[in-house]
Amino acid sequence: MAGGTFEKYKSDGSLGGNVLEWVDARFPATSMWKGHLSEYYCPKNFNFWYFFGSLALLVLVIQIVTGIFLVMHYKPDAALNANGVPVAFASVEYIMRDVAGGWLIRYMHSTGASAFFIVVYMHMFRGLLYGSYRKPRELTWLFGVGIFLVLMGEAFFGYLLPWGQMSYWGAQVIVNLFSAIPVIGSDLSLIIRGDFVVGDATLNRFFSFHVIAFPLVLIGLVAAHILALHETGSNNPDGIDIKEKKDEKGIPLDGIPFHPYYTVKDIVGVVVFLMVFSAVLFFAPEGGGYFLETPNFYPADPLKTPPHIAPVWYFTPFYSILRAMVWNFFGLDAKFWGVVAMGASVVIFAFLPWLDRSPVRSIRYRGPITKVMITIFVICFFILGYLGTLSPSPMGELVSQVCTVFYFGFFLGMPWWSRMDKFKPVPERVTFK
Amino acid sequence: MSNQGKVDCGRRRLIVATAAVGGAGAVAALVPFVSSLLPSERAKAAGAPVEVDIGKLEPGQMMTVEWRGKPVWIINRTKDMLDTLPKLADQVADPKSEKNQQPAYAQNDTRSIKPEIMVVVGICTHLGCSPSSKFKAGAEEGMAGDWLGGFLCPCHGSTFDFAGRVFKAKPAPTNLEVPPHVYLADTRILIGDDKKGA
Amino acid sequence: MKKFLIALLFAPMLAWASGAAVHLDKWPGSVSDKAALQHGAKLFVNYCMNCHGASYVRYKNLLDLGLTEQQVKDNLMFTSDKIGALMNIAGRSDEQKKWFGATPPDLSIIARARGEAGNAGAGADWLYTYLRSFYRDDKRPTGWNNVVFENVGMPHVLYGLQGQQVRNHETHALELAVPGEMAPAEFDKAVSDLVGFMVWMGEPQQEFRRTLGFFVLAFLAVLFVVAYALKKEYWKDIH
Repeated sequence: MAGGTFEKYKSDGSLGGNVLEWVDARFPATSMWKGHLSEYYCPKNFNFWYFFGSLALLVLVIQIVTGIFLVMHYKPDAALNANGVPVAFASVEYIMRDVAGGWLIRYMHSTGASAFFIVVYMHMFRGLLYGSYRKPRELTWLFGVGIFLVLMGEAFFGYLLPWGQMSYWGAQVIVNLFSAIPVIGSDLSLIIRGDFVVGDATLNRFFSFHVIAFPLVLIGLVAAHILALHETGSNNPDGIDIKEKKDEKGIPLDGIPFHPYYTVKDIVGVVVFLMVFSAVLFFAPEGGGYFLETPNFYPADPLKTPPHIAPVWYFTPFYSILRAMVWNFFGLDAKFWGVVAMGASVVIFAFLPWLDRSPVRSIRYRGPITKVMITIFVICFFILGYLGTLSPSPMGELVSQVCTVFYFGFFLGMPWWSRMDKFKPVPERVTFK
Repeated sequence: MSNQGKVDCGRRRLIVATAAVGGAGAVAALVPFVSSLLPSERAKAAGAPVEVDIGKLEPGQMMTVEWRGKPVWIINRTKDMLDTLPKLADQVADPKSEKNQQPAYAQNDTRSIKPEIMVVVGICTHLGCSPSSKFKAGAEEGMAGDWLGGFLCPCHGSTFDFAGRVFKAKPAPTNLEVPPHVYLADTRILIGDDKKGA
Repeated sequence: MKKFLIALLFAPMLAWASGAAVHLDKWPGSVSDKAALQHGAKLFVNYCMNCHGASYVRYKNLLDLGLTEQQVKDNLMFTSDKIGALMNIAGRSDEQKKWFGATPPDLSIIARARGEAGNAGAGADWLYTYLRSFYRDDKRPTGWNNVVFENVGMPHVLYGLQGQQVRNHETHALELAVPGEMAPAEFDKAVSDLVGFMVWMGEPQQEFRRTLGFFVLAFLAVLFVVAYALKKEYWKDIH
């Protein structure tokens, strides 16, 4: 396991062996390879839901590689060119048309953004199902929540760059959210924008954050997330600890080395994912108008708001929660509470390890209350997401308020409902057919 | 794990097959990325052939036009200038223009289609500086006393004659490049393309 | 809980309520019909490019429609003599702002911009309906109004072809008052071709993209077969 010691590589006398021995004496090559891959023991009963961790890593790589190539042609410049089009907007169309292969790289990046969130939501849902956030994996979960927050920022900054109508007005709305914070709010949004409206200064700093600052933090957090996971070992669909039953060599009886078993399995997952990804990329790159929103094919116009603006689909559940808050409390207006609710709805995931008081981890051995609660939570999440894509309406507001109450009720009530449930006895060994 | 140490042929075959198919896919996936590094349609459009009217180019004069972002010189050489070329045959590195630095129709003594009109890319073949014209013979323009006129690259001192031929023992390895060009009419040259009607 | 369930029941109705108010006719064309695209290109250059540019598209792209360079130069290039040039009308925007009160938008990606969330292809339907829905309205400075785009700034550029429609005060339906050069069916086909050209222009490589997509998916299917066999081979040891 990670953290254990591994013998240094001994050369067999060949040139390659000598080089390896020389390297291994100075760099933890063997111990990293063994500790994280060939002698990192995973439970053998991983199911469908366990593909999404490695897929998230794959999408991260796709985004970084395509991003590097896009930056070679993209220009973060809000000034108008000779045709009266903002340079940034025109440079995206330039990539789509004039750069050989550019359209494919751009679609990979735009489809990748949505794919990232799909994969990450699935990955988080897996954690919820099998109690992966529970002791001793709290820190893995916290790093994960950090990744999710940074990813949201990364996506938000990136969405401004095409400098279309949706980019512009989306950024305008979100930046103005910060002005709801009492006392410092209006100064804060001024500092974020660097101008009195979203403008060239905003575009340039968002570009900087999108291509340098946030990716750096993201990579660091991903490394921490994986290291923390490999320290404790992976959870599994049964939610039991495989380290409790070991053979004479100290290897968990239900554990198999990640490499080769899960590498070959994850390759299959990767291929299936790439098929879905390619199907979208080549046959519906707009994702039905949800991955690339149609108003974003108009260049940003600071004088004209599109008739209907909605955030990209992956933000809509939280956006609905924002819109659901229409009441003033404690002398602070609804706008402020909307921002608080939206922020809380994301950050509250970080508290899951301490909210869940159930004696077992996995949903397999938990009773009907858990199953009903998780089902309602997911339904509410989808409804909130759907409502967030629509224009505000009285009915939509009522529904989103109800869903918001359930959303928070799920988390805040968890210390009680997670204990009240019935439980089945947990087996000694993992179930593997 | 039962067959460790033994070579499992079926397994090996599958590893090879997966690696081969996956590797082919990875190479194919490189195509858009590598091709995105090539000049874009905009660069190609900007590098499109340039049409030049040389009707007003007096003998002994030189004009510079831009083609693909590079200076292209058009020099209307006088008889005196052309007369210097045979005299320098033993001083230049490639007197017969044998290295492939010009289209076939410019591989002659004057390195041009019409003897007096020289069309040449004004970029030194050493490291890409643009040489300056030193048309006056002798030391008047700071050259050596036996200078017959030509070009001097200010960066590393390569010298070229009126046909863009590089002198021996200079840093530049080859003669200046003659771009593809064609006469559309007596005084109209298309630079960058040598097929009429394109 | 009851309230929640009621709300759930109503959720689908919200979608219906947010739908477009004007009925859009389905665009009958296809971007793989080269002859139609060529016709559309001709209409676009002759009727639209007097005011609108397509400043991301190059004349060179028109070669993909099955035209030769000479055909493009002779019939379609009025704003430039270079095949690699952009189809823009740069420099006219100030004058246009004076005449129309607004600069006519660039049309390179108008078909994509007019799509809707959940129906990205609706842009073509919108354009197809819009271009056939002009009617005489003396209250408008141009003398024209449009059913799809109320109080539109653009006059009916194709009225010579379509003729003049008026809007019936009672039924609100459009009726052809003065016939144009083309019979109604012929005009619909012409507009369909023009819209097809605009859809093509929104993404000139879209046909290639789909073709490439089939090859990529076929390749991945092969990769899936070997990768799955490899996984099975390894996992047969795990009991």
